[in-house]
Amino acid sequence: MDHGEKRLMDKSQESLFVRLIPFFERYGILLLILIMIAVLHLLQPDVFLSWRNVTNIFKQVSWQSMLALGVFMVIVTAGIDLSVGSIIMLSLMGLAIASKAGMPWYVVMLVAPAIGFLCGMFNGIGITLLRMPHPFIMTLGTLYIFRGIGNLISGGVPITGFAEQIRVIGNGKIKLDAFFGEGAREYIPTSLILMIVIFFIFWIFLNHTRIGKWIYAIGGNPGAARAAGINVDRILIVVYTLCGFLAGIGGLILAGRTNSAYPNAGLQSELDAIAAVIIGGASFFGGRGTVLGVFAGVMIMGILRNGLNLMNVSVFWQQVLIGSIIILAVYIDVLRRQLATRT
Amino acid sequence: MSDQLVLEAKSVSKFFGTITALQNVDLHLNKGEVLGVVGDNGAGKSTLMKVLSGLYKPSEGSLFFDKEKVTLNSPRDSQNLGLEMVYQDLALAGNLPIGDNIFLGREPTRKVGPFNFLDHKKKKQLTEEHLAKLKINVKSADQKVEELSGGQRQAVAIARATAFNAKIVLMDEPTAALAVKEVGKVLDLILNLKKLGVSVIVISHRMDDIFTVCDRVMALFQGTNFAESELKKTSRDEVIGWIMGKKD
Repeated sequence: MDHGEKRLMDKSQESLFVRLIPFFERYGILLLILIMIAVLHLLQPDVFLSWRNVTNIFKQVSWQSMLALGVFMVIVTAGIDLSVGSIIMLSLMGLAIASKAGMPWYVVMLVAPAIGFLCGMFNGIGITLLRMPHPFIMTLGTLYIFRGIGNLISGGVPITGFAEQIRVIGNGKIKLDAFFGEGAREYIPTSLILMIVIFFIFWIFLNHTRIGKWIYAIGGNPGAARAAGINVDRILIVVYTLCGFLAGIGGLILAGRTNSAYPNAGLQSELDAIAAVIIGGASFFGGRGTVLGVFAGVMIMGILRNGLNLMNVSVFWQQVLIGSIIILAVYIDVLRRQLATRT
Repeated sequence: MSDQLVLEAKSVSKFFGTITALQNVDLHLNKGEVLGVVGDNGAGKSTLMKVLSGLYKPSEGSLFFDKEKVTLNSPRDSQNLGLEMVYQDLALAGNLPIGDNIFLGREPTRKVGPFNFLDHKKKKQLTEEHLAKLKINVKSADQKVEELSGGQRQAVAIARATAFNAKIVLMDEPTAALAVKEVGKVLDLILNLKKLGVSVIVISHRMDDIFTVCDRVMALFQGTNFAESELKKTSRDEVIGWIMGKKD
């Protein structure tokens, strides 16, 4: 019997569940979102799909999605970045201080991404050049350091009131009078447009550039990447720097949305980001996952939180649910890997 | 014969501190020739390969590519001269498709404005052409390497090594990790390379491999040239004897 035939036979003996896994791997997450939307629409028919609520979901996920996108790239390299929640806070504080010092709005706007960029580069250099045994340790350290610095420079008190140009980024509305008539209340949040543009740019980066391909190769087998002449350390520094940069953009969006910088900003949001990435189908072992999956993961978290809030479900139950979904998502990943090694 | 010489090592020695790994070893390789290198563990086979690929610098002696003396500072240098090494651990990324692995680090790109983007179409076309040239059968060039059998992976590793017109390919135990039925396919692939005019050096413990694909076999013993023969002028028993340091 030849090899191909044998594999076919094995396939027919597999259970229906196992054979459906490739289908779910590709479309399952979209299916899950549709089911969630349908269920929440049935439970909250007047509210959930209202223009106001949908735009609210997008505004909420816009800054969180920046963290998830950055952490996703790091996880593709089989790394981890625990410091993004602190980077968002430090960049927010930096922005607030620049704003308070009376700098022009276009400088203030650049401060947050610039701080994020430098924080990320610091992580990347620590992980590669200082040869920290695992990114977990380096970024656990900077999780404390960055938030500590943020509190040191701000004195640990909130700073409020930013220029209109900053607020537009997180809270701006693109009116749709042309479609809904003069004075219509329907609008598209600026932050949604920004999120879509950034996700599109990073989709191109990861799928259509050599560095993007190398990021996946490093996650699959760093030894193979090295043997192919790829400077693995340099690519890792790029990845952590971009992750920090995106967290800085998240800080900018958050500044616009809340019009204030506060010491607890972004607290534990690194965990939400990791959760969204894992729910979105990226493998914690590296090398696997898509930008679209991250978007889906972020949306699932956002829709879930929003829907449960609408139904007055307690925050404690929300925690239980989100935790369960993470474990389920990773269990599916485990099954997937078992299948891959069995053939 | 000597006008076809593509690679030559002359009295190469390699010392690691007080340890002598290679002592005055000579090696030559002709165009389209498959040379088997045998020897016990620690005989110096791998050290010799690493010297030839530029990973180690020889302590003494010299290397000639196409009869020209060269100094290799890194594997990059030997690659530029047309020598590729197929590593024992294969050095493939399982999560990437076959084509991506073959072109990893040397991806074809196209320019759009100031940016360089991957040329997926060209990569696929080049991959299919190259696999067809080597008569490697896979379901699709887009198949992920982790879905392949051990023999297919070995074939992809060899395809990767030869994708950029390599003239010389070094293989370290190419069949060691394979199921019996897959060994034949890899050996066929080596014979295909030979037909295409590629010179191959095969390190192997398996006499079946040596006696199926090689034109010539040389034995190292304790870091020195021990014996060498055209394949048709020797026998398995004799070669096994060389490995153990016995000569009639």
